[in-house]
Formats: sequence, C-alpha cells, structure tokens
Amino acid sequence: MQDAILLKIVFYFLAAAIAVFSVMAVTTRRILRAATYLLFVLFATAGLYFFLNYSFLGAVQLMVYAGGVIILYVFSILLTSTDKESPSPLFSLRRWIAMIASIGGICLVAFLVLTNVWPEVHAPATDEVNMKLIGHTLMGTEKGQYLLPFELMSVLLLACMVGGILIARKRS
Amino acid sequence: MFDFSVVTTWIDQGLRSVMSPAAAVTVECLLIGIVLLALYAIMALILILAERKVCAAFQCRLGPNRVGPWGCIQVVCDMLKMLTKEIITIRHTDTFLYNLAPFIVIIASLLAFACIPWGNGLQALDFNVGIFFMIAASSIGIVGILLAGWSSNNKFSLIGAMRSGAQMISYELSIGLSLLTMVVLSGTMQISGIVEAQNDLWFIFKGHIPALIAFVVYLIAGTAETNRGPFDLPEAESELTAGYHTEYSGMHFGFYYVAEFVNMFIVASIATTVFLGGWMPLHIPGLDGFNRIMDYIPSVIWFLGKSALMVFVIMWFKWTFPRLRIDQLLSLEWKYLLPINLLNLILMVVIVVTGWHF
Repeated sequence: MQDAILLKIVFYFLAAAIAVFSVMAVTTRRILRAATYLLFVLFATAGLYFFLNYSFLGAVQLMVYAGGVIILYVFSILLTSTDKESPSPLFSLRRWIAMIASIGGICLVAFLVLTNVWPEVHAPATDEVNMKLIGHTLMGTEKGQYLLPFELMSVLLLACMVGGILIARKRS
Repeated sequence: MFDFSVVTTWIDQGLRSVMSPAAAVTVECLLIGIVLLALYAIMALILILAERKVCAAFQCRLGPNRVGPWGCIQVVCDMLKMLTKEIITIRHTDTFLYNLAPFIVIIASLLAFACIPWGNGLQALDFNVGIFFMIAASSIGIVGILLAGWSSNNKFSLIGAMRSGAQMISYELSIGLSLLTMVVLSGTMQISGIVEAQNDLWFIFKGHIPALIAFVVYLIAGTAETNRGPFDLPEAESELTAGYHTEYSGMHFGFYYVAEFVNMFIVASIATTVFLGGWMPLHIPGLDGFNRIMDYIPSVIWFLGKSALMVFVIMWFKWTFPRLRIDQLLSLEWKYLLPINLLNLILMVVIVVTGWHF
C-alpha cells in the first residue's frame, strides 16, 4: 500500500517536472535557457524510464539526448546567435495562425485521449530487461527484430553527414 | 573473501523490522545519498593532497608540510577557506544559468561516482547496463561546462568551454569504444558481472594484446575526458586565464575543482574495474595456494590500491608531458586513437570468437 503511494509520488513528481519544464522551454525568451529547460525535460523522461526499470532506455536517453543532442543545440546556439537581440514580436497574422493551429492540435489530442480505449494498466516490470535480449532484437533479421531499420538509419545519418560536409566545404 | 552484502542486508532487515518497507527504502536511499556525498568530499580532499604531494615530488619540492603531519591538514584548511569565501555575482550575465552550471557538473560526476564497485558487495548502483550508464552519466558534465563558459560573459571562458566541448565529445568516442572492446571479452555490461568474470584472471592478462591496446587508449582518452594535463587546454592558464571557470568564485569554483579531481578518480576506478579486476584479488589459474593467500587481503584494499596506482599514473602524465595544441589534440583522437580503436575492437572480436584468450 505504502509502496504504491511512494511510486505514485515519484511518478507525479517526474510528470510534473516534464510538464512544467516543457512549458518553460517554449515560453522563455532566452534561447539558451530554453535549451536548459529542454535538458531538464529529457532528464525527467530518463527518470521515467529508470522508474519503469528499463535502465537501458534510460541510459540511452541520457547519452543520446542529454549528452548528445543538447550539446549540439548549445554548440549551435553559441556559434550562431548573440542572444542580445530580443526576438521581434510576431506579426498579428502569424499569431492568429499559430493560435488556430495550436487549438486544433489540442482538440485533436484531447479527442484521441478521450475516445481511446486504454488497455489494462500493467504494473511496471519488476526485473530489468536483459542486455543480451536487447542486443539480439536490435541485430537480428527474424520477425520482430530490427537489423534492417537499424542499418537504414545509419545510412541516413551517413548521408546527412556527407551532405553537411559538402555544404560546409570551402570551395577553392 | 568477506562479502559486504551481509552488512547491507543486515541494515536493510533492521530497518524493515521497525518501519514499513516503503519508509525503509526511503531511509536507505537517504543514507546511501549521504554516504556517497561524504565519500565524494573525502575522496576529493585525499586526491587534492595527493596531487600536491606528487606534483611537489616531480618538481623536487616538499609540497604542503606545515599544517599537521606531512601537511595532511592543509587540504582541510583549504576546504574551510573555500567554504567561507564570498560568491561574487557578476553583472550582465544570465544569473540562473551561471548558478546552475556548477551543479550540473557535480551531479554528472556524482551519478558516475555512485556506480563504482568499492568492494565485494559494496556498490550503490548496479544496473544491467552499468558501464554504459556510467559513460552516459559522465557525458552530462559537458553541458555544465558549456553553460558555464557562455553564462560567464567572458571571452576566455567561452573559448575554454568550446575547447572543452570539442575535446570531451571527441574523446568520449575512444572511451566508449575501448570499454566496448572489454565488454566483448566479458560478455556483460553489468559492473558486478564484469568484476566476477575476472575471478580466474584479470582482463588485461586474459585479453592480452587487444586488452593492452584498449587499456592504453582508455588511459589517454580518460585523461583527456577529465580535462587534465597534458590535455588541459580548456583551462590553459597561460592562454585563457583559467578557461571556463575564470569568473567563478567561492564554492562555485570549488565544485569545478572537486569535480575535476573526483572525475580523475572515476576514470581510474573504471580502468581498475574493467582492466585490472576491480576489487578482485590477483588470481592465477593453477596456483591455488597463491590464490588463497591473495584472498586474505580485503577486497576494498585491492580496489583502493589499484585505483591509487591508476591515479598516480594519470598524475604522472600531467607533470611529465607538455600540453598539446588544440589541433594536435583533435588529430590525435580522430586520426590515431579512433582507427586504432576500431581495428582493436575487430581484433578482440576475432580473439573472443576463436577462443584465443586465456
């Protein structure tokens, strides 16, 4: 009974952190602060994965998003913007379009959430997913295994990198 | 070999007998947190003293020798001084990010610190993906350094932070790949599993040539990852004043200072765990009498002794080699260490598949 309360406290804490920092990330005027709030959101998401005892996904979340993507964001912010110029206020037409789009989005999400039939709620798995199982699933070619998407992603990333180098290359 | 999990289970059962399981878990988490923080601070003090003594010995000096026997109280006095110093606020900076940055650095370091296996059964965090989690946690520290450099509103800090970011992102690859090489040999990522797998022989002997190459690469990359000399470009004092922590004062600076030293210990303890057997005594297959004598030395002493040796080697690097230039640093990683590492990984896979290891 008390265990359940403890788990609930942890869950609501993480969920509240995700919600609050997400809102702060889009409302702040300073772009580096937005990146920092996004980092907190990603931390809390990693916390949710650890909470579900899925430590592999949690570690990947920390490594790829917190340790990789956010650093790239910060780097690109440092290299491009001076942060002194405050963003100019949006045109009223754009503001209206944005408002309509976001209200539409909220309606769509609310409709889906309210009409969806949720499957029976499972308690979080008690033991960790074995590393070997994840490895075989990622590298296998049988049904329900993911070697082909994995390799396709790597080709896509390679293409992105080559493209980036080609654009940044100095023409002599 | 004394198993410390006897002690921890005893504490756990004692707590569970007086309170509900949920409260017991909460109290245990708090206790572990307090113990880890205390250990963190004590390790930092010991390492700072060791660094000053080692540095002095390399430069034919005595080092601190006035306060206490061999100057061992000196670091405590320095700590008290640091704690009482004023934290100066700077104008025209982003105060929130400026104050946040040292905490990100220290939290990243503390998360990795929690995974260290101190002895038989003495480990706070033991995930299935332990070694991967450790690398992931320590990679967060870069964000703190970049934020510190930017929010200080100082050109030197910004250049230092950018250098540090480039350096740490590059060398993380080498650290990951050299540890992956050893994961291939051990067949598990769980830290306790890695230590157990070295029961018959330490991995550096078991994996012979590829393990030795991975060990050397890991030491170089680990030294670079902690921003220590000869890779201390981010805080090269002759070029950048003090790099990303130029503007920090008082305990905010103290956090960077402490994190740097403990990160060095973390790198040394990963090297110990993955290559030199962690807390596992030196066991040689066939020599049972010798193995049994080795078992009489407590596991904590084995771990701390090996880590101290690795820490000494890393300090030795700092006081022996001259500092690299940034282009030399990056070409060392991308042109030499990374190809060597990839080939070494294939070599290790071949050796493990054909069973040529001991």
